[in-house]
Amino acid sequence: MTPDNKISRIQELVYEIRIGEVMQSDVITISPQTHMSELRKILREKRISGAPVMDGDEMVGIISIEDFIKWLADREHDCPISEKMSKDVQTLYADEPLTQAVNKFERFGFGRFAVIDRQSRRLLGIITKGDIVEGLLKKLEIDHYKEEEEIYCRRVEHFFEDILADKVVLLFQYDVAGHDFKRAGEGASRLKASLKRLGLDPQIVRRVAIATYEAEMNLVIYTDGGQIRARVEPHEIFVKVADSGPGIPDIQKVLQPGYSTAPEWVRNLGFGAGMGLNNIFKCASKMELKSVVGKGTQLYIRIDTKDGAMSETN
Amino acid sequence: MKLTELIQKLNLSVRSAKTHLDREVTGGYASDLLSDVLANSEEGNLWITLQIHQNIVGVASMKDLAGIILVNNREPEPETLEKAELEKLPIMVTEMPTFELVGKLYSLGIVGTK
Repeated sequence: MTPDNKISRIQELVYEIRIGEVMQSDVITISPQTHMSELRKILREKRISGAPVMDGDEMVGIISIEDFIKWLADREHDCPISEKMSKDVQTLYADEPLTQAVNKFERFGFGRFAVIDRQSRRLLGIITKGDIVEGLLKKLEIDHYKEEEEIYCRRVEHFFEDILADKVVLLFQYDVAGHDFKRAGEGASRLKASLKRLGLDPQIVRRVAIATYEAEMNLVIYTDGGQIRARVEPHEIFVKVADSGPGIPDIQKVLQPGYSTAPEWVRNLGFGAGMGLNNIFKCASKMELKSVVGKGTQLYIRIDTKDGAMSETN
Repeated sequence: MKLTELIQKLNLSVRSAKTHLDREVTGGYASDLLSDVLANSEEGNLWITLQIHQNIVGVASMKDLAGIILVNNREPEPETLEKAELEKLPIMVTEMPTFELVGKLYSLGIVGTK
């Protein structure tokens, strides 16, 4: 492709972006009875170069700084704006692509156009060449940002392939404070974000996240805190959640769905329904729970990355 | 159906992530028990609840839900909003109780997961 027939991103964007996206929607309007002598102050104070002239709900014209300069140069007497405004109001629809605006600016040589709704024909905003440039720049900046993010994600996604070793293990540790409901779930949420970046299967990531979240909640509700350690290998994610007390007296009982020792206020928050361990069990490929009263509890969760098809809602 | 359409049709007020309402809603789940939602909701679901504390945001983003609707005019706590903004998770409020809201969602074609 030669540079001549290659369509630039800008050319694409003027068709993609709608006028409504770049127009200024809080429009300052002027009444037709306003005097020309007052115009300078309005334009300067509102920092605008022109405004639609509205008689009630109806747009009757557009007045601009060009009209004001002409009035000054002609040294005419003061008069209502309605006598000097352009009455030939050219409008654009908010749902039209930007290219439509570009064409009209070229064709009419106006500094601004009123933007109206196609159905109701109500005034929605005003558009200047500056708004078009700003809109394009903003979109280009977003594109650029997205591209950078993509490059970044791609880099991390191939992490395991890029590391040259017979065995690669990543270890993540999150410290969980007991009884701190404000920060509860942060560990699981950070683990989820990290695994996502590594490009693991979304279903696997969700299962690890849910199992970890429930385990983290147990640390917050029942213990003085503990640690979550996630060992990530290409074939398996192994999460170990450990605390140092108080420990579980009857492990068989807590594994029963619906069994809970959570206090009333915790239940009121929507926790402690006796479903946590059950949820973990459903997400895990393998789960093991060990506890000694007075010493602490360890929960081992293994999730096989080959189990991708298994849903956490099974 | 897109979230924006539902917001319009049910007259929901959006409290967070106002620029992230373009998502397709895959279904709905109504519950006030967080573990229940973790276990049984599905990606892209709308969650209907009366819980307003910040942990609902954690649960919703764990499950990649499309958004949360708070019923009975209940307003999210400030921390909940802050977190929702950060996670780009839309929280909406309605004056309807759960039963009415779910009925209306159903008649609009938003059904349960099973």
